[in-house]
Amino acid sequence: MGTTVPPTKYNTRRQTSNGFSLFRRTALESDTEPGRMVLTKGTGLWVDSWHRLKKNRPAMAGLAFIIILVVVALTAPLLAPVSPYAQELDLRLAPPGTPRADGHGVYILGADHMGRDILSRIIYGSRISLAVGLVSEFIVSVIGITLGAIAGYYGGRVDNIIMRISDIMFAFPDLLFAIGIMFALGPSIFNVFIALGVVGWAGMARLVRSQVIALKEMDFVEAARAQGLSDWMIVTRHILPNCLGPIIVSISLGIPGAIMGEAGLSFLGLGAQPPLASWGSMIYDARPYFTTDPLFSVFPGIAIMLTVFAFNLFGDGLRDALDPRLKS
Amino acid sequence: MAMESTLVGTANPPSSAPLVEVEDLRLWYPIKRGLRSRVVGYVKAVDGVSFTIPRGKTLGLVGESGCGKTSVARALLYLVKPTGGRVRFDGIELGSLSPEALRRLRPRMQIIFQDPYSSLNPRRTVMEIVGEAMAFHKMWQGDALQERVLELLERVGLEPAHALRFPHEFSGGQRQRIGIARALAMNPALIVADEPVSALDVSIQSQILNLLLDLQSEYGVTYLFIAHGLHVVSHVSDIIGVMYLGKLVELAESDELYYHPAHPYTNALISAVPVPDPTVRRERIILEGDVPSPVNPPAGCRFQTRCPFATSRCRAEEPLLHDIGGGHLAACHLV
Repeated sequence: MGTTVPPTKYNTRRQTSNGFSLFRRTALESDTEPGRMVLTKGTGLWVDSWHRLKKNRPAMAGLAFIIILVVVALTAPLLAPVSPYAQELDLRLAPPGTPRADGHGVYILGADHMGRDILSRIIYGSRISLAVGLVSEFIVSVIGITLGAIAGYYGGRVDNIIMRISDIMFAFPDLLFAIGIMFALGPSIFNVFIALGVVGWAGMARLVRSQVIALKEMDFVEAARAQGLSDWMIVTRHILPNCLGPIIVSISLGIPGAIMGEAGLSFLGLGAQPPLASWGSMIYDARPYFTTDPLFSVFPGIAIMLTVFAFNLFGDGLRDALDPRLKS
Repeated sequence: MAMESTLVGTANPPSSAPLVEVEDLRLWYPIKRGLRSRVVGYVKAVDGVSFTIPRGKTLGLVGESGCGKTSVARALLYLVKPTGGRVRFDGIELGSLSPEALRRLRPRMQIIFQDPYSSLNPRRTVMEIVGEAMAFHKMWQGDALQERVLELLERVGLEPAHALRFPHEFSGGQRQRIGIARALAMNPALIVADEPVSALDVSIQSQILNLLLDLQSEYGVTYLFIAHGLHVVSHVSDIIGVMYLGKLVELAESDELYYHPAHPYTNALISAVPVPDPTVRRERIILEGDVPSPVNPPAGCRFQTRCPFATSRCRAEEPLLHDIGGGHLAACHLV
């Protein structure tokens, strides 16, 4: 359209677009000629929450650890001293600090019962733990948010059916149910994702349902209905964005649960299969040596503990930051 | 494409037929008990209300809290399906429409809410709040849409440059203006204003009321104006209806009702209107007791439990809304 701007009353230039916006600026955005009205951008609630979160030291420490963990998982081949599968059978259960037989440095955290480097296995194990946490929470969120939103928004019979199913899910002990699913699907790390996702959705569905029920009575939702918006628009644009806070908190607190679940399943021999390195399966491997070589099980245990602790700290901080009642 | 004065709509063609006809409207909320949600009774929030609103006029609805004013508004707009009765909007029977057809009609009847804090989505910018429905119904799009929103904001007295701010960055009065801009966006024929000034400071109230009046004379919008005090309603209304416990007790032209109230309840309401003159001594009518429960309304006249003039007839026989002369309707045995 060249350089001329249509002769409109408000020649506006918008700063960056905010979130998902209806009004994506294209032509006018690049224009910087003087005399135009500049729309000052407001600060959204997310920005406020971030400022509050930044002041929360434990939460930021948790976040820092999570970031480090993500970096470690992504760069595992670069960070690990040796392959997690390389065996030196003469050095089985070597204590920390033992020099490697192949000359590649020392066993910083010792060697396991197959003569594999524990540090390398812990580094590679972070991939499994993070993947389990993210993938199973993703499955939990997709199922839980969808069913929870449908139950809460439409209510009545649909609500009753969905919520009774989720009650049944709640009645089973989580890990026991996951074990049952694992038995049905067969032991494999992908089945761990599915088992933990299928077990966990009920809590998310309840949370989302209660939020949706509260929000759908709000005037702004009524206004959206009065304007003739479709149910889809109302739920996705007006209701769900307003329960994103609790959902994010629930996810961030659900991830450590999933990591523990994977460790538990792997400890029972149902999760990661040998020789795949996972923190849970490492503790499983260390089982016969608890008394003779306690460090073998301690190091992966510390890895699990620190990760879960970091996610919990961050999740708690998020909850405080996103809680509007604390808004000053 | 430059759109000059996009605010002038064609949605309000002149016609002699009333825009809104409400006939015997009922809205009962079921009270459910027990495991099987047995219905044990009803809250009769609206129990047989009829009125018409001529085009371009304002009908004011007054009554104390819990008398069913807001329920009338929600049922009239079919935001909840009425339990009984009929609503005709511009000749269209709302009850006969499919959900889809009703949704397409909705832009023509809008609502302004009482609480300027809960009526705006806190996660969206003013631009999105005001413009969303116009985009959804494909009435304005692209740059024209943005133009339109900015023009609306200016029209309701807001700074267009603040269009990308979020609701929590505005004061109560400004937020109410955003709500008005949203209601006005799609050139509605009817705006239901549900206590639009009750939550605002007195100094802001008159500004908002005057804005609503200006918009009416400019665009010919029809209002259903709801408030709990007569002083606000009489300022803006052409016709006033007084509600008590889910029913209309009096319906008349604004001045007629204000200066010649017939129903004892209306009298009590008028005596509560403050007079800006400290030398005037007026007798306040203080009503005793509370509004009876709408679950079990009293037999006979609903007002008999609090009416200073109640007779045995009032306790036995329910008075109907009848013409006491010149189109002035009242539901009282004594007039």
